[in-house]
Amino acid sequence: MVTIFGVEVSLQPIWLTLEVAAWTTVILLLIGTPLAWWMARMQSASKIVLEALVALPLVLPPTVLGFYLLIIFNPNGYVTEFLRFFGYEGQLTFSKTGLIVGSVFYSLPFAVQPLMHAFEAVPQKLLDAAATMRANVLDRFFTIVLPLSQRGFLVAATLTFAHTVGEFGVVLMLGGNIPGETRMVSIDIFDHVESLEYDQAHVLSAMMLIFSLLVLMLVYGINRRFGVKVG
Amino acid sequence: MKKTFLAAVLVAVTSPFYSALVLAESATIAVAANFTKTIEMVGEEFTKETGHQLKFSFGPTGKLYAQVKNGAPFDAFFGADERSPLKTIDDGLGLKSSYFVYAQGQIALYSSQYPVKTQPLEVLKEAKFKHLSMANPRTAPYGERAEAFLKSKGLYDGVKGKLVNGESIAHAFQYVATGNAPIGFVALSQIVDPQSPIYKKGEYWVVPQAEYEPIKQGAVILQRGKDNAAVKAFFDYLKTPKALEIIHAYGYSTP
Amino acid sequence: MTTLSGNLYLKLGNFALNSGYFELPLEGVTVLFGRSGSGKSTLLRAISGLDKHTEGELYFGDVCWQNGRQALPTQKRHIGFVFQDAALFPHMTVRQNLMYAVKRLPKSVQPADFAEIVSRVGIADKLDRGVNFLSGGEKQRVAIARALLTRPDILCMDEPLSALDWRSKAEMLTLIEDIVSAYQIPVLYITHAPAEVERLANQIVFMANGQIERIETLQESLSRIDSPLFDDEGAVSVLQGIPLSVEHGLRPIQMGANTLWLSDLTELKKSSVRVRVLAKDVSLALSDPQQLSIINHLSATVLAILPEQNHRVLVRLELADGQKLFSAITEHSAQRLQLANGMKLFALIKSVALAE
Repeated sequence: MVTIFGVEVSLQPIWLTLEVAAWTTVILLLIGTPLAWWMARMQSASKIVLEALVALPLVLPPTVLGFYLLIIFNPNGYVTEFLRFFGYEGQLTFSKTGLIVGSVFYSLPFAVQPLMHAFEAVPQKLLDAAATMRANVLDRFFTIVLPLSQRGFLVAATLTFAHTVGEFGVVLMLGGNIPGETRMVSIDIFDHVESLEYDQAHVLSAMMLIFSLLVLMLVYGINRRFGVKVG
Repeated sequence: MKKTFLAAVLVAVTSPFYSALVLAESATIAVAANFTKTIEMVGEEFTKETGHQLKFSFGPTGKLYAQVKNGAPFDAFFGADERSPLKTIDDGLGLKSSYFVYAQGQIALYSSQYPVKTQPLEVLKEAKFKHLSMANPRTAPYGERAEAFLKSKGLYDGVKGKLVNGESIAHAFQYVATGNAPIGFVALSQIVDPQSPIYKKGEYWVVPQAEYEPIKQGAVILQRGKDNAAVKAFFDYLKTPKALEIIHAYGYSTP
Repeated sequence: MTTLSGNLYLKLGNFALNSGYFELPLEGVTVLFGRSGSGKSTLLRAISGLDKHTEGELYFGDVCWQNGRQALPTQKRHIGFVFQDAALFPHMTVRQNLMYAVKRLPKSVQPADFAEIVSRVGIADKLDRGVNFLSGGEKQRVAIARALLTRPDILCMDEPLSALDWRSKAEMLTLIEDIVSAYQIPVLYITHAPAEVERLANQIVFMANGQIERIETLQESLSRIDSPLFDDEGAVSVLQGIPLSVEHGLRPIQMGANTLWLSDLTELKKSSVRVRVLAKDVSLALSDPQQLSIINHLSATVLAILPEQNHRVLVRLELADGQKLFSAITEHSAQRLQLANGMKLFALIKSVALAE
């Protein structure tokens, strides 16, 4: 508990939120990079299907996603069976791990779309040129694609992080509001509002607002600063 | 208008029990989400008998209260607790004279796996389950009462680490209904509703009324509905045996 | 000499490359010539393995590069590639671009002489610049150096001059010629400019509608009156000779017993040059006229008289050293001179230019 502007608020939900957001960002960059690369190079009609699937969390109410995940993750479901087969004995609902998994789905477009656009902007000619200089696929990716997509990575990381911090619906559905495990800031604010503790809600909301504003300014700053000219 | 008038005439002819002098009106009523089904059923009967039209707006009590406070166009407010409707009276928005407890929620312990019907306290004491679902005690009266009940029985510390909180009683119910929590405190109304996903599945134990403070759900007429005949008529109707029968059938008790 | 042989197929949307079987002896410069959309670039990309949808077969000597859908990846083909717009890596300096090629040389391959290549190509003073600060010509020089540093068995150039102004074009042509003779690397060169072909080509692959129409040497191609190399200036001859030192303010070019005099005095480092003569600039005389402003008089023999449109004829001549020359004259003049095959006469050349 700390006192901010004379109001006592618990910092635990804030740390938890930052932790979940950080994990989600790391995981999404790891998963999103190959996925975005694959999608950027796809030419077939199936690209449209994949793009739509990735964009789905943008248009679905988060509670829909949360509700489905709640059903899919239930302890008797296939997903849990599957994880048990690989030695994971935990339960995804009501756990930090589950929240991270949910956030990965929820924030997927925020990682994949900027990456995909960055990859698409890398001219094929440069990759061809690298190939004629005996660079294999991975070599080309790390020496040409990655450095030319820096901006895409920065934008993907900041947006994913910020979007996860602001997540509510999925956490609400999956979390169970367990302090230190699944009680994230957005839920905490909701509880304060529900229990008519408007002062705490104000302090936390203002912190969220300022944080989001800073992150967005950072993203737009990156966009302007890294106008890397290609060609 | 013509239609309403015709309806009123029709009611006047067919319903000799009711004063035909009152013209049918319509009202908008904010209702706590847990009471959705029940009030729809009562409302249907009410409209059939009186011709008054009711529009319901459902939502979490806290949210509805915030809306009322900020000028939402409601004629009456049915909370899931007493606190919010009483607060509207303090705020000068609710009519004190109209306030009454329209229903009392009943808590049930439900499980799909454990023999809660016959040995509820033993199951809670052994606490072999991984998660026990209940509504958030900070925000939902059902959660508060469930927590108080556990504490009074000395069971709280044993299950504390296994508690998962839904934001509302509906949410707590969802955790149980989807199988994510094998056991949970829910509202009796959620189990006895024939359309409930767990209707006649698993087993439940109704926590005796004596064990906890009644979960009184208060209703109040708001300033906006002060002169609305439909609202007044509906508040009266809720106290008739026919309405009470519906309310009881949906798992609520009345004072 | 290595041979590149095969038969390649590649479908891209509405366009299909269907080369037909070909065998290219790789020596000097092989030009892929054709209109835009004829499939030259597609063929070059297919040969380089840059398009993974390529099918068919391709052998570089006896090394299999393509068999059905199975392809040897580009990075294992030892190809140097110079793209139309240089394709330099924008996030690297000139030196880093060059070292990208050097660092990836297989251990078995001896690295090229970095300093020598860099100075020959003329970028020694630009190594530490960012590539975005180079002119079009400079970029293309870096691209050529980079391709040479890969120690390629074959150098592919896809319209390397098309994005340059005429001055840079002339300089680059000289550079390319220099490189071909200095390093003896076979070159596959795409262009649709006849002047570049006449200057560089040893042999030409003519392409149309995604197919190879014919493969022939420059001389074979220039001896056809319907050669695709002839544009609105009409028939063209390319003569090869040895440049001598300047005399009387003119540059003599030795061609067997004949000497051609050029007014172009640019420094020539080469032992052999090509000059380009338009058929309409060649007049004929039965005797060697002495009192005439035209200084280039070459003795020649009539090989053929080919009628053309608008009462004109194209006369095919053989010079003393065996080189061929076209002269375009009117039907009337041909009758007046009573031209016939085997006749000995003099070709008077009004204007000569070094091939561009």
